[in-house]
Amino acid sequence: MNKKRPVVAVIAIFSLIFLYVPSLAVAIFSVNDAKYGFIWRGFTWKWYERLLANEAILEAALNSLLAAVVSTLIATVLGTALALGLDRFPWPKRLHRAMDLLVHLPVVTPDIILAAALVLVFSLLRQVSSSFDMGMTTLILGHVTFQISFVTLVVRSRLAALGRDIDEAARDLYATGSYLFLRVTLPLLLPGILAGAMLAFTLSLDDFIISFFAHGPDSVTLPIYIYSSLRRGLNPEIHALSTLMMLATVMLVIIAERLSRFRRQDGA
Amino acid sequence: MTGQIELGLFVAQVQKSFGSHKALKGVDLEVRKGEFFTLLGPSGCGKTTLLRIIAGLELPDSGHVFLGGRDITRLPAAKRQVNTVFQSYALFPHLNVFENVAFGLKARNVEPPEVRKRVVENLEMLDLLGLEKRYPHQLSGGQKQRVALARALVNNPDILLLDEPMSALDARLRAQVQEDLRRLQRAVGQTFILVTHDQDEAMVVSDRIAVMKDGLVEQVGDPREVYSKPRNKFVAEFLGAANIIQARRDGGRVVTTLGSFDLSTAPQWDEGALAIRPEHILLGDAPQSDANWVQAEVREAIYRGQSLDLWLAAASERNDCLDPLRLRVRTHSKGRLAPGDQVSLFFPPEDLVALENRSLTE
Repeated sequence: MNKKRPVVAVIAIFSLIFLYVPSLAVAIFSVNDAKYGFIWRGFTWKWYERLLANEAILEAALNSLLAAVVSTLIATVLGTALALGLDRFPWPKRLHRAMDLLVHLPVVTPDIILAAALVLVFSLLRQVSSSFDMGMTTLILGHVTFQISFVTLVVRSRLAALGRDIDEAARDLYATGSYLFLRVTLPLLLPGILAGAMLAFTLSLDDFIISFFAHGPDSVTLPIYIYSSLRRGLNPEIHALSTLMMLATVMLVIIAERLSRFRRQDGA
Repeated sequence: MTGQIELGLFVAQVQKSFGSHKALKGVDLEVRKGEFFTLLGPSGCGKTTLLRIIAGLELPDSGHVFLGGRDITRLPAAKRQVNTVFQSYALFPHLNVFENVAFGLKARNVEPPEVRKRVVENLEMLDLLGLEKRYPHQLSGGQKQRVALARALVNNPDILLLDEPMSALDARLRAQVQEDLRRLQRAVGQTFILVTHDQDEAMVVSDRIAVMKDGLVEQVGDPREVYSKPRNKFVAEFLGAANIIQARRDGGRVVTTLGSFDLSTAPQWDEGALAIRPEHILLGDAPQSDANWVQAEVREAIYRGQSLDLWLAAASERNDCLDPLRLRVRTHSKGRLAPGDQVSLFFPPEDLVALENRSLTE
């Protein structure tokens, strides 16, 4: 059974190439000195320079960043509270299992369904208040709805890894309430919270489907901008933009990964 | 006040269930101030649950816990003068040794100079000076355990609870630490309550032992008492090797298939069981036929260095078609006995214990 199988190794390498060819192509064409066509005409930074001079793109970038920062802050606080509540409160077993499922469900729900649901809910809420007109508020709310689950899942795995002993030891040593939370729970949970936040931030930056349905004219994000310009044809500026976003995402994922591993010392 | 100060811990009719599992079925205990008390029992006997109830980490379903004459049953852990050394030690991984030990004092707003003084005192007592700046993951198992001890003792608790604190240590270190723990308790004079499933450990450290089984206390006594005068079969066998012999009473004597015995304490039953420790059975030189003497043949001799363990079959049973009753005798390792040797065994009346017919939980 344990014979070496070169076929498997070859397939693995081809799979990896398959995964990264599109991204690599975009990166290559973003520095190709040709407006149209697929012929290499020499290296240039000019598409990046034009990108940075394009006000519509900069505005979209700013919108993306604003939506990502605000939604991440909200989702991180709510998601962490949810994780703590699920873990620390003595829920009846069945209810706990049901709540567990409810937390996992949004992760596997197709985005398009969540998006359609959001359109419905926002139109209902619009009957009550005009602040639910499609715009930055609805965009942020939309992002928060799918971010919470991810934050909760990451923080919960950290809580599970920590176990209850340390919390009990702190209570045994006279710590209560905010002292317990600020001196023990929060510092130990922080790597998990930061990793969850980083994940939520990345998801928000990359999101297209939900943003597409929940944005307004004042809140066009980068993915939506890219989509609408692709309809007008391929453009090296967009390649440059895609490349930059890809790099930013990769960086964030690496940081999140580092954080979740960071300080995972055995408490014993 | 002076009268109250001598009051120790009382546990009265404490019951606790987890779902349909009854972890504690009405436990009564008294732990005296300043003694080293051990809750001994197999896993699942409820000893850790009882410890957690005393710590305030678990609420009993019914019953009460009194400390120093005060009902503390519903007092949260953070308000009890009771500190715990956890099985996993549960040191704070984000704090160094000094901060770990200082944690309880700081949580109660003790003045910084006083915190410093007491932490250093305790670090010194537990031989941890010089390790103040280390983090838990930089410590050895033995060091972690001493930090956990210092972190609890620095608060000067009325009771120190120890939840299987040796289980993470290797066997050689464990024996050393058990003796150290005994000395430490003598030195600080505080009440220690230890939970363990290791009868040797219980014997080494304890002033008194409570043997637990299935959520009840089977016997409480000093190590000598529970070892040599077990109340029932469970206690006899849990505390070490024991020969259990079926017997019936006949006048002032007890008759078994091995012969008749005199006991220093007459049994309460007409039919029941006797127990005797392997090392309490003595080897005699000449064959005897009086009461308490048994003729036997060595079937197996196991040399253990510090002792020679013999498995024997009694002569009176040799022709029995049933598997003969096997007796276990532990004798001096200088003795040279081999399978087939005939020996005379003496069962001292004071070492033969009449067991109570049933354990509380049967």
